[in-house]
Amino acid sequence: MYKPLVKVHLWSGLRSLADGAEAVEVRAATIGQMLDALVAAHPGLADAVEAGVSVSVDGKIYAQNLTEPVAEDSEVYLLQRIKGG
Amino acid sequence: MAFDETKTEGFKVVGTRPNRPDGIDKVTGRARFGADATAPGMLHGVIVRSPHAHARILKIDTSEAEAMKGVHAVVTRADFATGLTGENWNILENVMAGETALYDGHAVVAIAATSSLAARDAAKAIVVDYEVLPHVTDVDKAMAEGAPVIREGAADKSVPAGLHPNVVRYHESGHGDVETGFAEADLVIEDSFRTEATHQGYIEPHACLAQLGNDGRGEIWCCTQGHWNVQKVCAALLGIETSKLRVTASEIGGGFGGKTAVFIEPVALALSLKANRPVKIVMTRSECFRATGPTSSTSMDVKIGMKKDGTITAAKGVFRLQGGAFPGAPMEFTAMCAFAPYNLANVSQIGFDVMSNRPKQAAYRAPGSPMAAFAVESVIDELCEQLGLDRIETRLKNASKEGTKASFGPTWDRIGLVECLEAAKAHPHYTAPLKPGQGRGISCGFWFNHGGETAVQMALSEDGTVQLSVGTPDIGGSRASMAQMAAEELGIPYENVRTTIADTATLGYNEISHGSRVTYASGLATIEAARDTIRKLCKRAAAKWGIDEEAVSWVDGCAVPSGPNAGDFDPLPIARIAKSMGRTGGPIVGHYEATPEGAGVSFATHIVDAEVDPETGSTRVVRYTVVQDAGKAIHPTYVEGQYQGGAAQGIGWALNEEYIYGADGRLQNAGFLDYRIPVASDLPMIDTVIVEVPNPGHPYGVRGVGETSICPPLAAIANAVSAAAGVRLHELPMSPPRILAALEKQAAG
Repeated sequence: MYKPLVKVHLWSGLRSLADGAEAVEVRAATIGQMLDALVAAHPGLADAVEAGVSVSVDGKIYAQNLTEPVAEDSEVYLLQRIKGG
Repeated sequence: MAFDETKTEGFKVVGTRPNRPDGIDKVTGRARFGADATAPGMLHGVIVRSPHAHARILKIDTSEAEAMKGVHAVVTRADFATGLTGENWNILENVMAGETALYDGHAVVAIAATSSLAARDAAKAIVVDYEVLPHVTDVDKAMAEGAPVIREGAADKSVPAGLHPNVVRYHESGHGDVETGFAEADLVIEDSFRTEATHQGYIEPHACLAQLGNDGRGEIWCCTQGHWNVQKVCAALLGIETSKLRVTASEIGGGFGGKTAVFIEPVALALSLKANRPVKIVMTRSECFRATGPTSSTSMDVKIGMKKDGTITAAKGVFRLQGGAFPGAPMEFTAMCAFAPYNLANVSQIGFDVMSNRPKQAAYRAPGSPMAAFAVESVIDELCEQLGLDRIETRLKNASKEGTKASFGPTWDRIGLVECLEAAKAHPHYTAPLKPGQGRGISCGFWFNHGGETAVQMALSEDGTVQLSVGTPDIGGSRASMAQMAAEELGIPYENVRTTIADTATLGYNEISHGSRVTYASGLATIEAARDTIRKLCKRAAAKWGIDEEAVSWVDGCAVPSGPNAGDFDPLPIARIAKSMGRTGGPIVGHYEATPEGAGVSFATHIVDAEVDPETGSTRVVRYTVVQDAGKAIHPTYVEGQYQGGAAQGIGWALNEEYIYGADGRLQNAGFLDYRIPVASDLPMIDTVIVEVPNPGHPYGVRGVGETSICPPLAAIANAVSAAAGVRLHELPMSPPRILAALEKQAAG
């Protein structure tokens, strides 16, 4: 299965856990694969990912769905997990 | 049968204002709330709480209490599961203290007896020996060198080295170069702000009835915003299998986020297991204040640079939130929401989650966002004042819109802030003359909204009416809006749909009613379940007519041939299909189970007029207008109610409500006599304007509305009061003593 190269932007607080990178490129076809690849590339991100993150793909915020596709030209941001009152 | 993915016009039921289905129950007393549950042989539980802000528990002597007449069980921490980690450990530690009491009101031991009076008497006979420890309740002091450490090792890896151990989480986000941006500004203002903790103030205290047998099977009836969460947490804390617990949500007398957490249910279960009898616990109001989640208190610094034409060149915010004796203060949302309304080339936001000797904070409508708006919108107001700029035009000039970059990173999808600001500018309130002593304030606010796990079932009755089962407790009129969406899709009258909040044994997992998700997510699921039902109805009609299913359409509550080629058949009404369903394939039930992820964010703009009495410092809000994007208002009256409710709670937060701690670390005002929430006579008529910029992630365009309405009030009121008083207010609540102090400070130069 082809996995596109996806550029994932990290919030500033995560950058020290990813060798200072503002964005990390990983090969992934879905949000779930993208998170797994991020942790494989930068194990320091494991706790933050495990604690729960939301992912913005092209401006749409995904709080949970790991199966959502991501593409090479997707704008991807990791966000802290969205919840509310 | 095919469906249009989205529908934005031509509604017949959606957008109308039918009577609420629970109205008669509520006004006649027939509705059953948490404290109304009873069971044969029921015992009454009472919780003994720490009188100290921070104390080591040396010994708990229950011998005298256990010997008293009517006492059936006593539980301490030893009666709960061991080996928990992460948030489950935090919840257990909050529900029942382990080695240390971490705040005034922390549960230490619980007792069950045959009457509430007997339980209270026995509780007084329990002797707890404490070693009192140093405490800290202020957020800035809790971060300072030398502050008592609440819990060593509680910080996660996000916290930079060198910070006090009470700083347990850290957030930093933004883009651009703020220093370059500040250098480009004609005016830079930097200021500091503080807000006190406020309680959600729901009218109904927490209450539950629980039963747990030695076979490990149990039931709970409770008032909660999320009974699947109660099931999950209680199973973990008691060490039993999730499916052996069945949880039913009662009617709920308000939640506002405060009933997303679990406090007494595990205690009632533990007592029940020990006593082998059902146990009911009803919190007192004092217990609600002392031991259930208020908001975080905050300390914030905001710096914004602006050109003379109103362009914001850079913005920076530092937000320190204390969340009580546990990690979880929503500082990341404070940081991410702070500058969300504005399109900024240079922005930086930093958040600190700080522990202190206070109760574990809980969500309260858009957790973290209202405080951020207070700080940011106060500085923008001051910039407009000093540069002689119109407040709304300046915000419009910098407003976030589709295609601009959010302060926390992503590019915005379709959003409605500009539409809100334009509607506010056009509203007569904005240009109405003010009387002497009055001031006007405006503010924008932002909240994300949420989707979440959702399961819905729609069962057809033999007369063609519909039983809709949803899993999200009705905290804001959702039974009506669900019935409207079901009726809209099915083409039947609103009155023909009965919506029930199902228990945990009936549906798949439903996330808590939080994040303004119910009308969005359960609504989407209801629409999809109705479409599933329609497909099944069309299939029955196709079989009856002997034609392909694809040749049948659903129009106004009837199956009809899709066109002349499908055949010539009279429309088949839902009631006719339902009447024969037992003989044509069995019951017809529609389903939908998913995690909807298209919750659209929402913005609001509020306009407030306030007047201040300089002699007494007394403040009165005299006019209030809420403008907010709802995407699509399913039941406009409920949407208006959410807008008005957010504004009313915001008025209390801004002007009077606060947790007051004594030097001993004990809460001084744990009751509504001393903790002043607004009453009807404190409030003006709150006008509302519903803006509808459809959310592309919902079939009808719905956005959540329950939380955004509390984001702008603190700032809008502060701006109005500051204008009326002639002095900038930096601390909430703006109670008379604080206003007088600000006036005296100004007079002294």
